[in-house]
Amino acid sequence: MSSRAIIKVMIGFYVVLFFAYLFGPLLVMSITAFNTPSYPSAYPFEGFTLDWFVKLWNHRAMMEGLVNSVIIGIGVICVSVPVGLAAAIVMNQIYYRARSLYYLVTVSPVLTPGVIIGISTVIFWRDFSELTGTRPLLYKGIVLSIFGQASFIAAYCLLIIMARLQRFDRAQEEAALDLGASYPQVFWHILLPFLRPALISAAVIAFLSSFENYNTTTFAILADKTLVTVLAGEVRQGTTPALSALAVIIITISLLGAIAYEVMKRREERQSARIAERAKLAERGELAPGDAAPAPA
Amino acid sequence: MSRLLVYLIPLLVIVVFMLMAHFEKRLAHDPTHRGFFERNGTVLGIVFIALVAFWMLFLVVLPYLYMVQESFHPKLVAAERGGPKDMLTLEQYRSFFIQPTDGEVNTTHLWAFFFSLAVSAAVTVLNFAICYPLAYYMAQAGSVQKVRLLMLALIVPYWVNEILRAFSLRLLLASKGLINQALMGLGITDAPVDFLGSNVGLYVGLSYAYLLVMMFPLYNAVESLDKNQIEAARDLGAPWWRIHKDVVIPYAKPGIASGCTMVFMLSAGSLAAPQFLGGPKTLWFTSIVYDFFFQAFNWPRGAAYAFLLLAGCIALVMLMLRLFKVSLGETIR
Repeated sequence: MSSRAIIKVMIGFYVVLFFAYLFGPLLVMSITAFNTPSYPSAYPFEGFTLDWFVKLWNHRAMMEGLVNSVIIGIGVICVSVPVGLAAAIVMNQIYYRARSLYYLVTVSPVLTPGVIIGISTVIFWRDFSELTGTRPLLYKGIVLSIFGQASFIAAYCLLIIMARLQRFDRAQEEAALDLGASYPQVFWHILLPFLRPALISAAVIAFLSSFENYNTTTFAILADKTLVTVLAGEVRQGTTPALSALAVIIITISLLGAIAYEVMKRREERQSARIAERAKLAERGELAPGDAAPAPA
Repeated sequence: MSRLLVYLIPLLVIVVFMLMAHFEKRLAHDPTHRGFFERNGTVLGIVFIALVAFWMLFLVVLPYLYMVQESFHPKLVAAERGGPKDMLTLEQYRSFFIQPTDGEVNTTHLWAFFFSLAVSAAVTVLNFAICYPLAYYMAQAGSVQKVRLLMLALIVPYWVNEILRAFSLRLLLASKGLINQALMGLGITDAPVDFLGSNVGLYVGLSYAYLLVMMFPLYNAVESLDKNQIEAARDLGAPWWRIHKDVVIPYAKPGIASGCTMVFMLSAGSLAAPQFLGGPKTLWFTSIVYDFFFQAFNWPRGAAYAFLLLAGCIALVMLMLRLFKVSLGETIR
């Protein structure tokens, strides 16, 4: 019994240590955002200030980078979600060895170091745009960053969409076809609505991974800048608490998002528990069966 | 000539792939007996194929092949490209082994290469050791809500981008950083410890950056293990370490392999941690590649080095998978 208790304490200690490792650095950084010294330091705490947030707001390069990051993020969504969708559908319809070969090739960008993706993108589009005379149109930092990032983010989208597609019941498709729907109609009115949750989460993941990408973007962005490459330049030159202020903003937003997610999940759980309860009652004939609609998946 | 080859190779692969898909369709028993275009409609089918082809050709395969092709060319200014000086050469690869300037063995770059791979391997092992207990705990001990909360707590720090995370670790580990302040304040050391110079920052930064990448495959692998198996082993009197050695780890091996592969590849290719947390004397291979691009403007040599890095990583991963008897297919599932 006592050895059980010791193990429990040890596990607790380990979990605390793990999360201290995860959150400690961020906590310290957050404190420096509110401290007055111009070099970011958490201790001694010399005085509370919000100046660094104002400085951040007035940091022109960073704001410019932010705008570019958002443009690139939207571009990446526009490329990688449709590509991921198409790739998932194709994957679903091929067999055996062709399928594993296809899988290997499509997932390989995820495992390729970002540096290599960045370099190869720049080299290819430099020569290809020259060859086709599209240099002024395509050989731009923003366009190349979209291409470079989309090459591996499309694979994330593929995996997310694929996971949901595998649960699709083909009988639905058959039923629609029997009822006289055309293939495009089946796609638009049955398959796409079914995939909508996966498409939305693929878009969110695509935007976030694009937004914070450094390894690929730093090559592909050429002379332009994104928020992350500006940050890298700032950290290289030395540092100011304005960066901590930015981190505080990001941490706050993600914490709010996490809390909202948790609240939403709990509400969903309560709802499905209620529905299950009602279903049970309906089974006993105490409620009309129509009330016991299943929870939307 | 070499550029022609770049376009021919993917064409060949596509033909092989089409043939494979075609013949396997005959072998498979699809109850509806419909072809790809019939099943999707002609227009949508063409759109799908075009999207996938654009991705595979223009975003993945052709850029890779172009990079390889570039690495076999000399460094030239734009005007001379395609001219008489533009011929195939192994010069860039040779320069990795032998310095072109003085003909000596290129110890700096060779060392950086092995250092990067060795540190990445060490970080992989470290991360496995850190993550395994928590992954096991979450997979076997927690209620649904608890696990979800832990997951959220794991993910939230990773919405902060790589650079800011490196920055935060630098604040902690710098010579005037909090850890040194604490060490000196407690009288453990008199002078600040040079964490960044001695590469402690690099190890911590890499390990911190890729914790999640290890955590999720591990969790997924352990989670699907039937709890009764562990219970049975315990009832048979196995001590806890034997349960892990003989039951959990063999079962979770594909997940472990994929987590390790990802962490290894990502740290070997990482740029931020070595740039911002490495000591002044640390030479990381991707940083060398970066310098060839942005300081020396020697793109062919940078491309050759990038290719060597990729080849080195893949070779090492394959070797490890062979050693631990995991197939590649299991890893990427």
